[in-house]
Amino acid sequence: MADPIHQFEIKNIVSLGEIGGAEIAFTNSAAFMFATVATIFLFLVLATQGRTLIPGRWQSLAELSYEFVATTVRQSAGNEGMRFFPLIFSLFMFVLVANLFGMLPYAFTVTSHIIITFGLAAIVILTVILYGFFNHGAGFLKILVPQGIPMVLLPLVVGIEIISFLSRPISLSVRLFANMLAGHITLKVFAGFVAGLSGIGALGVAGAALPLALTVALTGFEFFVAFIQAYVFTLLTCLYLNDALHPGH
Amino acid sequence: MEAEAAKFLGAGLATLGMGGAAIGVANIFSSYLAGALRNPSAADGQFARLIFGFAVTEALGIFSLLVALLLLFAV
Repeated sequence: MADPIHQFEIKNIVSLGEIGGAEIAFTNSAAFMFATVATIFLFLVLATQGRTLIPGRWQSLAELSYEFVATTVRQSAGNEGMRFFPLIFSLFMFVLVANLFGMLPYAFTVTSHIIITFGLAAIVILTVILYGFFNHGAGFLKILVPQGIPMVLLPLVVGIEIISFLSRPISLSVRLFANMLAGHITLKVFAGFVAGLSGIGALGVAGAALPLALTVALTGFEFFVAFIQAYVFTLLTCLYLNDALHPGH
Repeated sequence: MEAEAAKFLGAGLATLGMGGAAIGVANIFSSYLAGALRNPSAADGQFARLIFGFAVTEALGIFSLLVALLLLFAV
């Protein structure tokens, strides 16, 4: 059976030399990130090129993605949250298109590497912390002290809130990474069953129909997961930014 | 017991935690469905809360997967 981990291997395309013993190279991961950004850029620029009052197909698609993210931001972070709209929209489109790129056969899934998703989560959490302290000063620490808690329970609750705040970047990054990694490995394993079974003769080919049907169903499910995980990342970003905007709960 | 064998056993045991997350996620969606069937007009407005609850619950299952991956590849 083909190695299910092989698809996540990072290969150098062009080596750019060494800095302090670590190799710097243009990898397939970087190439797919460039492709992701180029796709988003071309889609949004071309779709809004000939702006009309009654939108065509491409323009409605661009308007739909704008309205979708804008509604999420307004509902979960309020109207002040719209000042972060460029950041949130970029994150949503990048994660969504990178996830969908991974669904192409032989393509590399950028978001299946923890360092990429942790980088994205670090941007979000650092924005929350810096903006929170910059705007509210020490008052930002109020997010660790929920209102209406009896004094006896307060030390315990503050401890839990601190742990929950510290685990945010981990859960935000690991959720996206683990979902993409596990989904693609599952697909590869079931596809491997098809190849393995059809190698053992006529009976095997008949039996391979079952994992084949499951592979098709799982592929459809993976498209759904790709969208849901991009939405979850965006939604949690909005909720964390809401803490920085209104720390008093 | 060899250290290598204990590592694999530990990773296998850590994945059991994901069963708890499975119960939690199923609970969220079943409650949502039950509520949505009672009052379909209010269901769409709660989609963001549904996904938020799902994400927070799922995070705990992801942590046990993380422990399994750390045992396999980092310890």
